[in-house]
Amino acid sequence: GCFVFKPSAKKRRLSHGTAHDFRNRNDKSEDAELRFFTCQSLWNQIKSETEKVQEDLNKQLLDNLVSFLSRSHLKFQEKATEWTCQMKFREIPTAALVLGVNVTDHDLTFRSLSDLLQNNITPYVALLEAKDCPGIKNLMQKLMGQLMNCSIDADSLEDEDYVQVSQSRIRCSMSSLIKWYKSVTEKTDSETPSQKRTSSTYWQPPPVVVIFKDMESFTTKVLQDFIVISSQHIHELPLVLIFGIATSPMIIHRLLPHSVSSLLCIELFQSLSCKEHLSTVIDKLLLSDQFPFKLGEKVLQVLINLFLYHDFSVQNFIKGFQLCILEHFFSQPLSVLCCQLVDLKKRINSLSHDQCENIRRLPSFRRYVEKQESGKQIALLTTDNFLKEETERLLEDLHVYHYNYISVLRCLHVFTSSLPKYPLGKQIRDLHCACLENQVWETEEYESSLQLARMLNKSDLVTMLQQCVEILLSSSGKEFDKTVEKLKEFLTQFQNLEEAFQERDGSISSQKELQKKTDLYHLQKTLLELKESRRSKKLTKFEMLRFEVVDYIDCLVRKYLVPADHRTLHEILYFNTATVLRGHLNAAPRTALHTALNNPHWYLKNQVLKCDGGSISNKAPDICIVYKLHLECGRLINLVDWLEAFTTVVMAAEAPDADTASSDQVDDIIHARFIRAVSELELLGFIKPSKQKTDHVARLTWGGC
Amino acid sequence: RAEGSDRGRHRALQVKFVPDEEVLKHIADNTGVKARKDKAQLCISAKTFVKKLENISDNKAQEILEDKKYIAALGICAQDPMENGSSVSGGEIYSFQTPKRSSKMAELAYELAQTPEQSVASDHSKNLEKTAKSPDSSRRNTLQVNTDKIMCLFAWKWSLIKNEFVSTTPYRLRKRLAAPDSHLESESEYSASCSEEEDEKDQQEISTVLSAQKTPAKTKAASTPPPRNSLAKKIKEEKMSNLVEEYFEAHSSSKVLTSDRTLQKLRKRRLNQETLHDLLKKAPLPYAAEIKELNQQHESMFSKWLLQLHLGFNIVLYGLGSKRDLLEKFRTSLLQDSVHLVVNGYFPSITVRSILNSITEEVLDHTGTFRSPLDQLEFITKRFKEDSSLELYVIIHSLDSQMLRGERSQQILAQLSSLPSVYLIASIDHINAPLMWDQAKLSLYNWLWYETTTFSPYVEETSYENSLLVQQSGSLALSSLTHVLRSLTPNARGIFRLLAQYQLEKKDNPSYPGLSFQDFYQQCREAFLVNSDLTLRAQLTEFRDHKLIRTKRGADGVEYLLIPVDVSTLTDFLENEDEDV
Repeated sequence: GCFVFKPSAKKRRLSHGTAHDFRNRNDKSEDAELRFFTCQSLWNQIKSETEKVQEDLNKQLLDNLVSFLSRSHLKFQEKATEWTCQMKFREIPTAALVLGVNVTDHDLTFRSLSDLLQNNITPYVALLEAKDCPGIKNLMQKLMGQLMNCSIDADSLEDEDYVQVSQSRIRCSMSSLIKWYKSVTEKTDSETPSQKRTSSTYWQPPPVVVIFKDMESFTTKVLQDFIVISSQHIHELPLVLIFGIATSPMIIHRLLPHSVSSLLCIELFQSLSCKEHLSTVIDKLLLSDQFPFKLGEKVLQVLINLFLYHDFSVQNFIKGFQLCILEHFFSQPLSVLCCQLVDLKKRINSLSHDQCENIRRLPSFRRYVEKQESGKQIALLTTDNFLKEETERLLEDLHVYHYNYISVLRCLHVFTSSLPKYPLGKQIRDLHCACLENQVWETEEYESSLQLARMLNKSDLVTMLQQCVEILLSSSGKEFDKTVEKLKEFLTQFQNLEEAFQERDGSISSQKELQKKTDLYHLQKTLLELKESRRSKKLTKFEMLRFEVVDYIDCLVRKYLVPADHRTLHEILYFNTATVLRGHLNAAPRTALHTALNNPHWYLKNQVLKCDGGSISNKAPDICIVYKLHLECGRLINLVDWLEAFTTVVMAAEAPDADTASSDQVDDIIHARFIRAVSELELLGFIKPSKQKTDHVARLTWGGC
Repeated sequence: RAEGSDRGRHRALQVKFVPDEEVLKHIADNTGVKARKDKAQLCISAKTFVKKLENISDNKAQEILEDKKYIAALGICAQDPMENGSSVSGGEIYSFQTPKRSSKMAELAYELAQTPEQSVASDHSKNLEKTAKSPDSSRRNTLQVNTDKIMCLFAWKWSLIKNEFVSTTPYRLRKRLAAPDSHLESESEYSASCSEEEDEKDQQEISTVLSAQKTPAKTKAASTPPPRNSLAKKIKEEKMSNLVEEYFEAHSSSKVLTSDRTLQKLRKRRLNQETLHDLLKKAPLPYAAEIKELNQQHESMFSKWLLQLHLGFNIVLYGLGSKRDLLEKFRTSLLQDSVHLVVNGYFPSITVRSILNSITEEVLDHTGTFRSPLDQLEFITKRFKEDSSLELYVIIHSLDSQMLRGERSQQILAQLSSLPSVYLIASIDHINAPLMWDQAKLSLYNWLWYETTTFSPYVEETSYENSLLVQQSGSLALSSLTHVLRSLTPNARGIFRLLAQYQLEKKDNPSYPGLSFQDFYQQCREAFLVNSDLTLRAQLTEFRDHKLIRTKRGADGVEYLLIPVDVSTLTDFLENEDEDV
């Protein structure tokens, strides 16, 4: 069933032309190559950015782990001195690494961990996966294989043959492992220390680190055996275990009985949750002005939902992001303009006439043109150069809009994230989505959050304002100078208010002293008066100020947080075809099958097939008819009945000349068609042959009509 | 034919106008006129069915609502009217199985057959359909009418085609009469089944023109519904629990309601693979133009696929219809100049090992064997990492085939596909194919999904399928039989012949348990084929190892021997043998 096709050596393509593929379909537009390289460089930037994020996030965790290892290592060294005392315990130092449910992301963490360990601490690191270790023997085999291989890497290749031979021959047991370890450590000891010290920074003697990538999937027996055996030898072999845990640390105790888990000296390490990881990634990728490419609301929504509802995998999120970039640059010829501002002018100037036409065809641009006066309209639609100038201006505007958008979004987030019940969402991504979706100030949630903001107390308000000032100061946009000034003014006003308040405080207290002497009746009266005055009185100064602040924020929002698709030329920078993305990442094969079988008209645009409601036409393809008929049956289907029914339908669909002489042959053909349709259904997994009764098939799906 | 169906329609009319109260009364006092009772039964069975249908649709409505919520939560509901699926919700696709009668199939067939020639339909049926359209209780009426109509139609047809069939029915009825199942009430509609099915009964009845013998079993079947009727509201409230109950109801009894008819009785000759192929060639492929258009749409994606493959994604194609031709076209148009591997996953003897072997041996030019597929994979990984100029396109037709769907195979393929210079493009067909992959494998595969519904017939894919044993197993089994037998000693062949002949003699006995070992030994001795019990046993072990015979222990502890091949194949086999000798 396998066939290899090899082209003759001559024809073989030299360095593959990925860019060539890119151009293939878009041979109309000459910018394809440029577009492709923009796309690639953008993606590479983003990739390195995400890797950096990942590294930063893991740094804390890894540092902790390293310090843990060093401590455990110390213990081992001490062992030499406190030999007897340590012997009693025989505890294996163990790190339990809680990594969260997104197992697919763990690989990256483990890889960086083992790299770090191998570079800094010990050459002897073994990564074990449950699927490789169905038994203790396989585990030992794998472990020794990895350890001895890495010893080759660490040593110079002088005695490679020796190790290679021994590896295949050696009996996989703990004692041979210890023998190996001794020989290796002795060898390094005996080597000239000066040379060694310079070449490696490993601790002496280096511990052996065994990482269990997915602790939950290991069989308990294997784990127990391994732990018990190795605890016997802990004084000879400085072993350190690291468990990768996806669920909760409780699992250790569930997997291992007390007698075994007491042999471990466990320390717990918690990695950052994947949600926080995602927030950082979004923060760094989407809410930054570093990249010209942006995601539209629906696309972002799809990606976030895939993350939240399906896998919690940041890797997949990034993969989706990559796909977005690719799609955008592939399908949008104007994406050539999706570049840094520096390059923009050059690229715009080199636009061809076709590309200019493409710009004119953009819906957002058309809306823009309609708003212009007639003279300008004509110029825009006819003169390419004028169009180019205008485009450049508009795109610059768009970039500026994005800078400002981000800053103001963060400011708004400062406010909304502290409101009770988070009407606009807790995370900044929720707010981002809401703002991209439509004009956020028209939503109810925004209204209610403003209401709530009007009830904030002063200290909160002041800290928020200070945060906003910081955000705006750190942003690169120049437009915010005024805003910052205004906010600072608010802050000083609050300050003044405080002082004024204190002064007034003094006067009130003196008033109170006066009131002490009045009798009950008077007191009541004055209180009533006070109350009345309070009701009728204008708001206090503080309240006034608070209103002012909130109004100011509101007006900032209205000015800067306009949804992106209201902006002219947003199509160039924003990718918004969510359907494509979802089709590729979160496909529903079963739905597609269902549609094809129930409603063939969806795919085959033939009027005959058009039908309303749940029924299908009797002229539908055979498999649809057979499928529809089988839906009417229970668990078992009699083939004869089925054939009969099928024949009835097909005969009716074909011309009513069923009684012609060649009916026998027609019968055979129908029979053959039936067989084909049924075996297709079997291939698709709707039925399977059944032995329960002769000539019956069993249905494999539920439900129907 | 016209006469028959006319009669049927009259009957349908009568049935329809029996008022409910009357029906109930009849059932209550159980002393109605025979004929009327009959009708009542029919009417009510139809009604229960409708009731069930209603429940189902209620459930479904709720499910759909929930699904909608979920979809809305996913933020995907509104945005794609154009995309696939026409917003089919999960509930429609995955609802529970409900107990059904196979008459429904016939009924639907009839409905489907009727649709285009509505003008031909008689006045009677037109009237009926009109009244049926009145909003209240419309469904019940149509259903009822249709069931009756279809039953009559089939009854008439079948009684013409196969007299022997009709004649067998009374026997079963008699058998049923003997069965003392008076206490069964609610279960009657299931217990009644096993051997027989509703519409057969009716058919029998009608063919004997309403004067058939009245069976107690039938009245029993009729007495189920009334309590349910009154519980209608309650049932609606308990939708959820009801759903569960229905599921277990459908799966609780091992007996299933289907008719007993077999293909053999149909006197239809079996088709082997070749004739099937020829016949299908004669039948024109419908909607060729539309299918071609679909394919062209897919073909326009080719360069995009290639691009995405190069960028580290792998591509999986799904959708109804064979994707073989599409992939072939992709291969011939774009991959001619590069090394590529085509794997026919549907091939019944394909294994991961053979895939890996063809990579190591033919692509990497490595001679030598490996201890395990994992070692082999490691070797491949190493080679691909070392040599960055090495590239390989892998095309797998039906990645979800029987042989490749195993966990280990998928793991290995996934790891293979995760190599940066191995580009995998595969197709899947099975509805449950995505269940093969867990998160880890999915991330290794790094799929991009493409819907490629082609509607083209699965010619190659199903030609290996041993599926419809009915039609094609014959030749395969026969050839394997003769092959194995040829390699045996003449004595062994004689022994097998003996068994085969004996089995053929007993072919008319449906409860033939097989030949008991003692009898067989006796016969073999008489034919001078064996001289001791032990030699025969040794011989039988050999047969069993080749799956030529099956042994079964009877209730009395005696060993019975059986050739697990159907009668016609066995006959063919004996004929062939005779020719050889």
